[in-house]
Amino acid sequence: MSGVRVLVGTRKGAFVLTSDEKRERWDVCGPHFAGWEMYHLKGSPVDPNRLYASQSSGWFGQTMQRSDDGGRTWEPVSNEFAYDGVPGTHQWYDGTQHPWEFTRVWHLEPSLTDPDTVYAGVEDAALFRSTDGGQSWHELSALREVKGNLWQPGAGGMCLHTIVLDPNNSDRIVVAISAAGAFRTDDGGETWLPINQGLKSPYELPDPDADVGHCVHNVAMHPSRPDVLFMQKHWDVMRSDNAGECWHEVSGNLPTDFGFPIAVHAHEPETIYVVPIKSDSEHYPPEGKLRVYRSRTGGHEWEALTDGLPQQDCYVNVLRDAMAVDSLDSCGIYVGTTGGQVYASADSGDTWTPIVRDLPSVLSVEVQTLQ
Amino acid sequence: MIQVMLPAHLRTLAKTDRVVQLEVEGAVTQRSVLDALEAAYPALRGTIRDTVTRQRRPLVRYFAGKEDLSHEPPDAPLPEAVATGDEPFLVIGAMAGG
Repeated sequence: MSGVRVLVGTRKGAFVLTSDEKRERWDVCGPHFAGWEMYHLKGSPVDPNRLYASQSSGWFGQTMQRSDDGGRTWEPVSNEFAYDGVPGTHQWYDGTQHPWEFTRVWHLEPSLTDPDTVYAGVEDAALFRSTDGGQSWHELSALREVKGNLWQPGAGGMCLHTIVLDPNNSDRIVVAISAAGAFRTDDGGETWLPINQGLKSPYELPDPDADVGHCVHNVAMHPSRPDVLFMQKHWDVMRSDNAGECWHEVSGNLPTDFGFPIAVHAHEPETIYVVPIKSDSEHYPPEGKLRVYRSRTGGHEWEALTDGLPQQDCYVNVLRDAMAVDSLDSCGIYVGTTGGQVYASADSGDTWTPIVRDLPSVLSVEVQTLQ
Repeated sequence: MIQVMLPAHLRTLAKTDRVVQLEVEGAVTQRSVLDALEAAYPALRGTIRDTVTRQRRPLVRYFAGKEDLSHEPPDAPLPEAVATGDEPFLVIGAMAGG
């Protein structure tokens, strides 16, 4: 029997939610790592029992965990993220140069082919890779050579939060960094290019068309069309049809084009989802109504999905890693909020129900479709 | 044997009891005790001291004999009662609430 496993990272622990393919009854297991900030958990696409988790604390720093039994038990793995060579400096808030300092792991992206290989996006922004199941980490440091001295932290820190792996080309990786932009390698990390042409940031950057410095919030891709990328930027929802060579805006009729996550339907490459947020300082939905917006046309034309979502007095946020899809025949969509709810739709977003509603603030949601 | 008392989160992480017993070679100092602790419990590496600089994390404190030793040099001898194993060396998560 098929089913789903939803991995939820929160400010105070991790939770594993499971259901059969109907997605009507849910078992909630947790908190795992109680009291710790769980920025992200994600499973290997080739071994669903292999999970990786980022566990951190203001007191005790970053630790990393691995499970080989689908989250029932966990073992610590290496938390040594040493920047390659002399770390160098980046822009600081006061305009001076500041040394690169490791703070935490924001995002984990397991390899599409090898359960022992996993990428980690960290703050201060850098990309690390482990090829031994997390026992050691090595930086793909050429990324920081792309004008890294000009990157500067945004309000949430200078974090590498998005890692997109190309299923057709293992050497191609797209990453995104807050207040630095999107970058792509076509040679497994040996060299990188900024892929920010077409992004416009007139209220954030002195040069609205700069090649680095844009505050990219999230990037999504459908595996059947890896050259088509969708982006939720600080403001603006963007699309590229050539792997990021150039972008054009597809915000269309959204009530606001500010937001954090973006996701693609598992079976419809032109169906995408965003959660509009009122503004960069008002991190909650417009009009107190939590609405996921769906476009079936790859952008431009959007419809509000509201059935089952709170439509009054709702002032939660949905963070960049807190929306995910399953790949069951009727595609499921999952959204976690800073208010501790996880809403799920088993019908591509038409109707929603809270599958758990009183967790700590949700930082991330990932879904594994189990066969 | 040196006794080290750990805060709850680190006990859980290391899968150990509240007080761990350690053999420490040579002088009993913060550095030698924490080196022995990390050698016995690798999961604690980086949680008390930074993995690169080896400096105490800002919100970790070291107590012993009702004294805060957090700002003592890492190679300074710890109190005799810690060295003899009569009193524990406490690793503490600092008060950081509001």
